[in-house]
Amino acid sequence: MEVARFHTKKSIIAMCIFFLIFMLMVTAMSQLGMGFISTSFIKTIGKTLTLCLAALALDLVWGYCGILSLGHFAFFAIGGYLIGMWLMYERTKDIVLQAFLNEELPPTATEIKEMIGSQIFGVVGGSEIPTIWFFADFLSIQIFLIFLIPGLLALIFGWLAFRSRVTGVYLSILTQAMTLALSLYLFQNDSGLRGNNGLSGLQNIPGLETVSQAVISIIFLWLSAIALICGFLLAFWITRSKFGVVIMAIRDDESRTRFLGYNVERYKLVIFVITAIVCAVAGSLYYPQAGIVNPTELAPIASIYLAVWVAIGGRGNIVGAVLGAAFVSLISSVFTSGQLPNIDLILFKIKWVDWWLPILGVSFVFITLYAPRGIIGILVGRVRIGKSHE
Amino acid sequence: MSDILEVRNISVSFDGFKAINNLSFSIGVGEMRAIIGPNGAGKTTFMDIITGKTKADSGDVIWGKDNISLINKSESQIAQLGVGRKFQKPTVFENKTVEDNLMISLNNERGFISALVYNYSAMEKKRVEKVAELVNLKNFLQKRAGNLSHGQKQWLEIGMLIAQDPLLLLIDEPAAGMTSSERRDTVRLLKNLSKTRSIIVVEHDMDFVRNLACNVTVLHEGSVLAEGNIDHISKNNDVIEVYLGR
Repeated sequence: MEVARFHTKKSIIAMCIFFLIFMLMVTAMSQLGMGFISTSFIKTIGKTLTLCLAALALDLVWGYCGILSLGHFAFFAIGGYLIGMWLMYERTKDIVLQAFLNEELPPTATEIKEMIGSQIFGVVGGSEIPTIWFFADFLSIQIFLIFLIPGLLALIFGWLAFRSRVTGVYLSILTQAMTLALSLYLFQNDSGLRGNNGLSGLQNIPGLETVSQAVISIIFLWLSAIALICGFLLAFWITRSKFGVVIMAIRDDESRTRFLGYNVERYKLVIFVITAIVCAVAGSLYYPQAGIVNPTELAPIASIYLAVWVAIGGRGNIVGAVLGAAFVSLISSVFTSGQLPNIDLILFKIKWVDWWLPILGVSFVFITLYAPRGIIGILVGRVRIGKSHE
Repeated sequence: MSDILEVRNISVSFDGFKAINNLSFSIGVGEMRAIIGPNGAGKTTFMDIITGKTKADSGDVIWGKDNISLINKSESQIAQLGVGRKFQKPTVFENKTVEDNLMISLNNERGFISALVYNYSAMEKKRVEKVAELVNLKNFLQKRAGNLSHGQKQWLEIGMLIAQDPLLLLIDEPAAGMTSSERRDTVRLLKNLSKTRSIIVVEHDMDFVRNLACNVTVLHEGSVLAEGNIDHISKNNDVIEVYLGR
């Protein structure tokens, strides 16, 4: 394999151990321990880990298989919506039951349903619970759906797109259209998912009302870390297998792979579906930490950011993608937090919040031109693109 | 000699231009055949139809002793049935090592599940090494294919075809860009290969075709103009007029 140093079992185990030590240190420094790190920053770290997982997924489908999907963040947000439905429903149910405790007559099941409905959907002028919320009362089914629904969506979309041999930039545009269409649909009030309000209050975990956010943030931090490690090991296994060699072959020369007897469309479909599911799992861990999910999350720009992180980190390298996402998204949150002091030059003022996007854009251009293998390429000193000399 | 491939009256047109015009052709088991013809005679389109890249407007392509029609099969299905193809420009997976290139070409299961759980056995490794030896790349197994010379890439691609172990090999201009000693090696290799399988070679270079010492089919404007051994072809007036004489 290329950049072989990162692809040995030993180095992968070492990286996982290093990461676990880092996580233990973060936990020790949180509000539960020494108190150096605020709860909101623990949440930022936790969210960053899930973004790393999404970047890892995009790297598998783009860096390894050559499919530049600009729609993978849609799966991420769908994962958030699916877990959000349970969180919101259960919490509202608890509140409704509490309210009924003072009544003399115990409420009927229909009454409870109606109350929950008007609580959740009052904001979009409804009180009926839509059919898609049918399983919202059951955590296990809702978790199962996190795998099933994005997987099915990716399967149908991918099957249609790959079967028609849509490739390259056309496929990217198609994936972008998919996420945009979903986003526009969710913006509607009658979509059954509260329109532009989205699902909110997701940081409150039903059944854990008495537990402080400091503890909940640590729980989600560790869930995110475990998900990232699992995703990393999955990616490691896939890229090391013959499957990995075949998808890289598809990336480099699709028709040659076809003439070797490989069903290129099927391979693409498999990696597309797997990565969609990984993104959905990541999203289902991100949004309880963010507290809210709404249709703007599905805007194409989110997926483009994901691609930028992977490109900056180093596509075609699972470590690079994770590093890129962590590095760029953390820096982004620093620059856009508004806490960075503005620099007053005589002619103009550098406002970091406004300047960050152009800076990111320019560095993306420079990375693409001068370090096509991204940060990881610079780190291992192999800044060389595949088809360098003919 | 039974036929491994029979092409029956196929026609293809692109935007009204008849690239292949009612062409019929057959090749026997273990036979080597050279196809020559001027530019635009339809040689590449002919190969595209056999390998499933281009769909024929009419006619049929019959494969093997079970008489399977290849017309509605996909490229990968046709390849799995045992048709290997080598392109004019060497196409190898440049970012992978020579070993990986040969490994994924090996004739085994092509499904994605078996690829996920695939175990590169010692036996298969040995086979890869044997193929590499055959194409003089034994010392380059760990080298990135993109770093090979042009000639070595040609050899690697031939190696990949050998690893694929097809029953019929389609080879597009193998001699292009080769030195004369490489050409001699290629002729020897092709002759060796043809002992165990059928081969169709498309070639411009007449000396090369002469050295192959096999039957020749001349294509012109999408149909067969003449067929026979090289001496017979060289004396054919039609062939001289459209191809050799110029």
